[in-house]
Amino acid sequence: MAANMNIVDLVKSYGSKTVVDEVSFEVPKGKVLSLIGPNGAGKSTVMGMISRLIAKDTGVIDFEGQDLSKWKSKELAKHLSILTQHNNIQMKLTVRELVAFGRFPYSGSRLTPEDNEMIDRAVAYMELEEFEDRYIDELSGGQRQRAYIAMVIAQDTDYILLDEPTNNLDIYHASNLMRIVRRLCDELGKTVILVLHEINYAAFYSDYICAFRDGKIAKFGAVSEVMTKECLKDIYNVDFEIINVHDKPLSVYY
Amino acid sequence: MEYAEYYGIICPIQVYRIIFFNHTLASANCMEVFYIKKHLSTVILGSLLFVTAVISLFIGVLDLNIGALFSGDSEDLQIFLLSRLPRLLAILCTGIGMSVAGLIMQQLCMNKFVSPTTGATIQSAQFGIALAMVFFPTMGLFTRTIFAFIFAVAGTILFVFFVQRIKVKDTVLVPLIGIMFGNIIGGVTNFIAWQFEINQQLSTYFSGSFSLIIRGKYELVWLIVPLVIIAFIYSNHFNIVGMGQDFSKNLGVNYNLILILGLSIASVITASIVVIVGQISYIGLIVPNLVAIFKGDKIRGTLVDTALFGALFVLICDIIARSVIMPFEIPIEMVVGIIGSLVFIAMLFYKLKHGKKAVHFGKKKEVAANE
Repeated sequence: MAANMNIVDLVKSYGSKTVVDEVSFEVPKGKVLSLIGPNGAGKSTVMGMISRLIAKDTGVIDFEGQDLSKWKSKELAKHLSILTQHNNIQMKLTVRELVAFGRFPYSGSRLTPEDNEMIDRAVAYMELEEFEDRYIDELSGGQRQRAYIAMVIAQDTDYILLDEPTNNLDIYHASNLMRIVRRLCDELGKTVILVLHEINYAAFYSDYICAFRDGKIAKFGAVSEVMTKECLKDIYNVDFEIINVHDKPLSVYY
Repeated sequence: MEYAEYYGIICPIQVYRIIFFNHTLASANCMEVFYIKKHLSTVILGSLLFVTAVISLFIGVLDLNIGALFSGDSEDLQIFLLSRLPRLLAILCTGIGMSVAGLIMQQLCMNKFVSPTTGATIQSAQFGIALAMVFFPTMGLFTRTIFAFIFAVAGTILFVFFVQRIKVKDTVLVPLIGIMFGNIIGGVTNFIAWQFEINQQLSTYFSGSFSLIIRGKYELVWLIVPLVIIAFIYSNHFNIVGMGQDFSKNLGVNYNLILILGLSIASVITASIVVIVGQISYIGLIVPNLVAIFKGDKIRGTLVDTALFGALFVLICDIIARSVIMPFEIPIEMVVGIIGSLVFIAMLFYKLKHGKKAVHFGKKKEVAANE
């Protein structure tokens, strides 16, 4: 069984507008991959399709040797998790209750002692012990985001997809979150795919970048390959300067 | 923490010990204390309900004597078995059913103001009953019930899918649309009622009352018991669906299937109450909200309390309805309406004052809002 994700000729149109146009790439296993690009470039739609939240028109998403659409929903939930920004946060659930939902694909409503151990570990990993019994609607944005990540950790999937996880977070919480993403990959061996608006987070914290423009892949490669003046200018149509900080190419734009 | 999922039977003496001998807690069995603390509200509600239920059995135009009942006085026993007990059971089922139906609908629709009244469920059930009367006037209760079920389910699902389709984000707009939708259906029902002169017959289904409940004519409400049990089994599914479509898909839960299942359960519960008792508003709206203020939104943790509190609420309203102008009786819908609207206003003020904050029993852990 080829343990990876392979995307071939993905197409998605809304009416006459093609938002994703024959996109093909292979997701590097055990790495952090960031999808970047201007608004409307199709990155979120691609993310939606590889996380099965959006139905694709044509193309193939091969996941662990099987077409993604042929996976049983519950089985897939043990291998691939997606965190979007459209969750109902009005709900008065405690952090622990939320994290416990991560075990749902495994045990349904009956949590086993192993499940509880996984939940404990996820809560501890996200340093949420003191908030465990607090309601998520009372937490700050950063804490809440950590609670959701803890749920995904409890879900224990090899692939973790995060759709614009730094949205609505201030710089402190956003960079914290990106460090968590790095740890998910380095310490827990997860494959993480993110949609990011902030290209410097993508440059600093990910291994690979897939840049979109007009529904097509403008550039796919290691961070150093994508983060060049010419390449970024080509994608965003804005002038960039590249400076190296801690051996990472960061961009300056204005 | 697996005990959190457990609803054990707790001996009243243990509760007594916890409440009155708090200082001995340290020496008491730790696990035992955990159960009781976790379920203290359930135990209190359960005990209150039991006491009120016994009181309710002995309120009535005819004096029932406990002594006579046990000595085998056949007349007293007849009243008890024919009228008092059925009435009590119907009240309990109504309270449990309406509040659980409201809880499910609020969770599934992600909206605290949706309920069988504000989600067009009751009106759809009445519409179904009216149609059954027109088209099958000779058929009895069974046909009406089936019609009420079908139309309640269809009306509710239609409403929810409509609201989802137009993507209303405003919390207050959703129940307003529901009320309008319900009024339209109610209007059509009224038209049919006038056209076919079934006003008189239909009126019992509009204003809820327990005065006509006697043995042999109310047993349909027992249907609520298995439905509430199914709701309890699927409570985590409902919670997940309540978190949104993406959230459900991520966890491998079939969003639409669970949504339809939950709405159907809530609708059938409501319809069976409308058929037997008539319309009872407000309970599905206020009871789940009140319980959620204290217990949160995890359905597994609140369903039992919601059911008990709903039953208690209806029971108390019924006692008031029967006692105020004795020997006559006010329709319970009126009492529920007055008390319900007052509680609802109080609830709105509370929410304005405290925001979304939950009420914490005991000492609250002091945690700064920012890390």
